[in-house]
Amino acid sequence: MKLRLSSDTIRLIIPALSLTILLISVFYLQPRAMGYLGLNLLFNLAVPIALATIAQMLIMTVNDLDLSMGSFVSFIACVTATFLQSDPAIGVAILLLAIAVYAGLGVLIHVRDLPSIVVTLGMSFVWSGLAILLLPAPGGHAPEWARAVMTSRPPLVPMAIVASVIIAMFSHFLIMRSSFGVILRGVGGNARSVERAGWSILAARAATYALAAFFAILAGIALVGLTTSADANIALRYTLLSIAGVILGGGEFTGGRVSPIGAVIGALTLTLAGSFLSFLRISSDWQIGAQGAILIVVLGLRLLLNRMEKKEKRA
Amino acid sequence: MTTLMALTRKPWIWSFVAAFLVWFVTILFTGGASTLGLSQAALTFAAFSIVVGIGQMFVITLGPGNIDLCVPATMTLAGTVSLKFMDGQDSMIVFGLLVAIAVGVAVGIGNYALIKLLRIPPIIATLSMSFIVQSTAIWTNRGLRIKPPEILASFTTETTLGVPDVAILALILSLLAYVLLQRTVYGRWAAAIGQSINAARMAGIPVDGVRFATYVLCAVLAAICGYLLASFSGGAALNMGQEYLLMSIAVVVIGGTAVAGGDSNVAGIWGASLFMFLVVSMLNTYGFGAGIRLVMTGLIIIGVIVVAGGRSLRNH
Repeated sequence: MKLRLSSDTIRLIIPALSLTILLISVFYLQPRAMGYLGLNLLFNLAVPIALATIAQMLIMTVNDLDLSMGSFVSFIACVTATFLQSDPAIGVAILLLAIAVYAGLGVLIHVRDLPSIVVTLGMSFVWSGLAILLLPAPGGHAPEWARAVMTSRPPLVPMAIVASVIIAMFSHFLIMRSSFGVILRGVGGNARSVERAGWSILAARAATYALAAFFAILAGIALVGLTTSADANIALRYTLLSIAGVILGGGEFTGGRVSPIGAVIGALTLTLAGSFLSFLRISSDWQIGAQGAILIVVLGLRLLLNRMEKKEKRA
Repeated sequence: MTTLMALTRKPWIWSFVAAFLVWFVTILFTGGASTLGLSQAALTFAAFSIVVGIGQMFVITLGPGNIDLCVPATMTLAGTVSLKFMDGQDSMIVFGLLVAIAVGVAVGIGNYALIKLLRIPPIIATLSMSFIVQSTAIWTNRGLRIKPPEILASFTTETTLGVPDVAILALILSLLAYVLLQRTVYGRWAAAIGQSINAARMAGIPVDGVRFATYVLCAVLAAICGYLLASFSGGAALNMGQEYLLMSIAVVVIGGTAVAGGDSNVAGIWGASLFMFLVVSMLNTYGFGAGIRLVMTGLIIIGVIVVAGGRSLRNH
């Protein structure tokens, strides 16, 4: 019997495999990491990155790119550590306003046919500016509930893993299984045919951007829940990390080809890459470099797999 | 009148109009007191964005998806390594420049090797490369605080006939870039690839060669900029390239180059670079804090792109 795999499954194999190999190497180097606490420590910071990666993935689904992801998450972190903690009502209002702004951006980009890279580039300055206005110096306090959620200890499986699985499942059903997700991916694949089928691309784009903002807001809150305080530059790295995570997880820049589960795995892999090096006792200078190297290795593997797939088809 | 009409149709004119307006408004506030100082500072700081921007422009010319995210890391590494080699000695200035260029060539080759061999999108290839280059820079820079050679430092900060030296250098590089883009086979090839890579391939254009040369060119220009910037600011810092990632893309796009590629112009980069610096100094002059300044900068970038109209792939 020959096992037939769908191309979506094949896309998932490489990221899953690389995460497993990385995890096994970490366990081999540091057996003590193989417990409840160890796993939690390894993957703690992956939760906000995974949420930001899902947000970026949504934008990439409609063939756009968000270069303001890092500064937006930083801004949200600042809101969470200030207003959301002291005056929840105002805090929630700000967050809703931020979602509205994102939806507005989607509309603007669509109506004026602007390159998303430039618009979000401009927005990255705006969010950074607002973050600095809120918190000129690092500080603030995490709301009790955010702290409680992020440091909670569910039985058997650590919080970080539970959260990652929930994020992956939820976004998988939203993007791959719901009719809303089909329209989104359709806009990325062939906008014209979606339009002819009677759907509003404008509404789809606005909804995508709003939803991306929602996930990015969760990322900001989760981050503050972990760090307990915020500053205006806290998540600037997320812009590049989130793009890398999506690609690592098997997503493409165009055509609406994305994989939510893959994106979460990609984010976990990138987080683990950093810890891997410290277990190898290589100086922390090379931490960022290791993330680059792992990205290259995984993409090389994917190329190899694609070639094998093609050969099989020809045979 | 007809010439005026023709001018308004040039995509680069708007960045100059915007730059002039901002300059004028700033001068208005100071009552003309610091006109010369402001203009010189604008030219100096714009010069750095112009040098990086030209490289980024050539890459963006290659078509959708082509962008070099490795620029900041290349600048940092080139600045760090060249200062280390020069070790503050005036006799080593030329050698230091060659080292910087060599760093640029190496990064450029690495970038294109990843794009070509692994067939990954340029954004991700240059992103992965930038992680590695940045790590190398951190490693070489460890606890390093080397002063630039005296002559080089004064060259980057002094003026000739009232014009900053670095601006003159940027002008020379821009003229070369203009000739390269508009008057050489290479430039025509690059634009052709940006308009349609398949058509270019069928026309017998050496697509790989041109793309390779372009990525190397971009990295070399970033390296030269890092070399100058490190000398200008009295030493290399690990975050010295940071703001040039967004800046290099912003000046290219605001300058009227098509984001979808295939249609570029050098002149607009000057307008856009001056504009970007002048906006910040205008807001400074009016006494706004860092937060408001950033917000305004962002809104102005979006405003410019909305008014000037995005020329994306769908319009082509």
